[in-house]
Amino acid sequence: MSGRTLFDKIWDAHVAMAETPEHPAVLGIDLHFVHEVTSPQAFAELNRRGLTVRRPDRTVATMDHSTPTLPMSRATLAVLDPSGAHQLDQLETNCARHRIPLFGLESDHQGIVHVIGPELGLTQPGMTIVCGDSHTSTHGAFGALAFGIGTSEVGHVLATQGLLQRRPQTFEVRVEGRLRPGVTAKDLVLYLISRLGIDAGTGSVFEYRGEAIEALTMEERMTLCNMSIEAGARAGLVAPDQTTFDYLRGRAYAPRGQAWEEARRRWSELPTDADATFDRSVTFDAATIEPMLTYGTNPAMAVGIREPIPDRAVGSDDESLRKALDYMGFRSGDQLLGQPIDVVFIGSCTNARLSDLTAAARILEGRRVADQVRMLVVPGSRQVKRQAEELGLDEVFRAAGAEWREAGCSMCLAMNGDQIEPGQYALSTSNRNFEGRQGAGGRTLLASPITAAASAIAGAIVDARETQVEVAS
Amino acid sequence: MKPFTTLQSRVVGLPVDNIDTDQIIPARFLKGVDRLGLGEGLFANWRDDPEFVLNRPQLQDARILISGENFGCGSSREHAAWALLDFGFRAVISSRFGDIFRSNALKNGLLPVELPHAVVRQLMHHAREPAGLHLEIDLEGSRVRTLATGPDSSTAESWPFTVDPFSRRCLLEGIDQLGFLLRQVPAIERWEASRPVQTPTSSVPQEHRS
Ligand code: SF4
Repeated sequence: MSGRTLFDKIWDAHVAMAETPEHPAVLGIDLHFVHEVTSPQAFAELNRRGLTVRRPDRTVATMDHSTPTLPMSRATLAVLDPSGAHQLDQLETNCARHRIPLFGLESDHQGIVHVIGPELGLTQPGMTIVCGDSHTSTHGAFGALAFGIGTSEVGHVLATQGLLQRRPQTFEVRVEGRLRPGVTAKDLVLYLISRLGIDAGTGSVFEYRGEAIEALTMEERMTLCNMSIEAGARAGLVAPDQTTFDYLRGRAYAPRGQAWEEARRRWSELPTDADATFDRSVTFDAATIEPMLTYGTNPAMAVGIREPIPDRAVGSDDESLRKALDYMGFRSGDQLLGQPIDVVFIGSCTNARLSDLTAAARILEGRRVADQVRMLVVPGSRQVKRQAEELGLDEVFRAAGAEWREAGCSMCLAMNGDQIEPGQYALSTSNRNFEGRQGAGGRTLLASPITAAASAIAGAIVDARETQVEVAS
Repeated sequence: MKPFTTLQSRVVGLPVDNIDTDQIIPARFLKGVDRLGLGEGLFANWRDDPEFVLNRPQLQDARILISGENFGCGSSREHAAWALLDFGFRAVISSRFGDIFRSNALKNGLLPVELPHAVVRQLMHHAREPAGLHLEIDLEGSRVRTLATGPDSSTAESWPFTVDPFSRRCLLEGIDQLGFLLRQVPAIERWEASRPVQTPTSSVPQEHRS
């Protein structure tokens, strides 16, 4: 018998009823994250049918999408944003009624769902994890099979703790060599998406492997797995290893004592067997990757920061590329270096963890954001915010002229009051540069926290590696 | 769920690849707690343009949308399927769909019809001509047929398509998938009992209890 991949092992261990041509498999779900935007209709359906939540002890809720990032009382929010406030109220009511633990706005553990799961140690290797959110792929960094679902499926999981799923294909994304200094996990994932195209992973689960992947920290692996969906894959995996175990040990929900030893033994058996095969496989060389930047309206429209805008984008036809460039106000052949920017956003489930904020603060320390630039720094969770403040990062950002906000999704998507204006250029560390994603008519360029911070100072796109040299000399 | 059997309709052509769910319905329309009225937000950022295809009076009764590749990529928001349905669409044709969108659509009685790239191009071309395009989508027979609008009805063409057999049966009979899944709870319970090691729970750990 040939070996099994990491994906195969997790999948096989969670099949409660086998797939047949007539029906999909029933997959048992270990952990279900819930947030205020994609859950109310699912709870309403349960209530309509008189159903209860089957496993509230496998369900965790938080508030992130509709939450304001300026400190304000619920009463003020109810005035400023009645529908947002109503969503938060509704989630509280639903969680109380069904006894679901909720990290709400009053909790120290509140934050973006894909930031709090890992930092609390809820996310663990070998689990199946779902959430009504496509960036649930983030949790794959721990070697958990984690994927986004729709609201009907949120209802399915609430009611049964199971899901109807056909087995996806396996897709090995191998990255050999090492990333060069000044090149981050964000650059790596933008590079991979630009090479694979926006839909290469449709129907598949990625497993990221190779020397470059093994060398990544947990927070970097989360940045990588987070954007798997931007290449069409519902999930991305990295095999658990010592880095994973070191991160998890001692976290609030991680096992302790004897249970920790047993869990570790179990997790150590998860990595892909040497003789396992994948349905598809591609290999890249980390050493050739430059800091990356998007120029178009999907994340595959990305180039090395010193390269001109190309006249081809993988996965988009000529007409779509032309439409994207028209929207962005760019032309093929243009250089992005020197492009003026109006807004810089450091935040989101892709790049709002402590290491991201630290990297940005290191660049901003003792410097000023350009006068014409509005810069927002939004920690991914309350815990990240507290840790950053303990390190004095908030002071660095404020002194530089940036706004230091409360935890939440913020400007990643325009639904909580934080957004950009029509025509503005925003350089963002988030994950989607879709038309209007950050505000109707707004134009988003995606990059790493380093590129974002260095460009905020210049008021235009710069290669952070060069500004570092200037600082040093 | 309303059963889906056969649909005959005029077709709206939207020749754009990679239409993500943020385009189908921008986040500012996601602030409700029900599924009502979402058609208003459908393609909201594009509908400001009076020339946008959905604003043409002669296409108001169209129930079929045909688009470029990879329709419904991006966010998992089921509001995208709800908005298309609320606007009046019952089927979308593309050469490829985002996985989550396809799954959401099938659970709501919106049929995603996947046809080969060349066929989609050809149909798109006809949909954008002044005479327009009328199609019949027959789920039982799993075929798409052109319907003649003029005198030359001899040129009708048809293509087969496939839908996951389970979803197809649910659509044809108007069965919702949750009903099926609820009947499998005993299997889920058996699976849970057979798990060698209890996976962690979300119950608040000891040290956080105050
Ligand atoms: S930060 Fe952005 S991508 Fe992440 S969960 Fe929030 S809205 Fe979604």
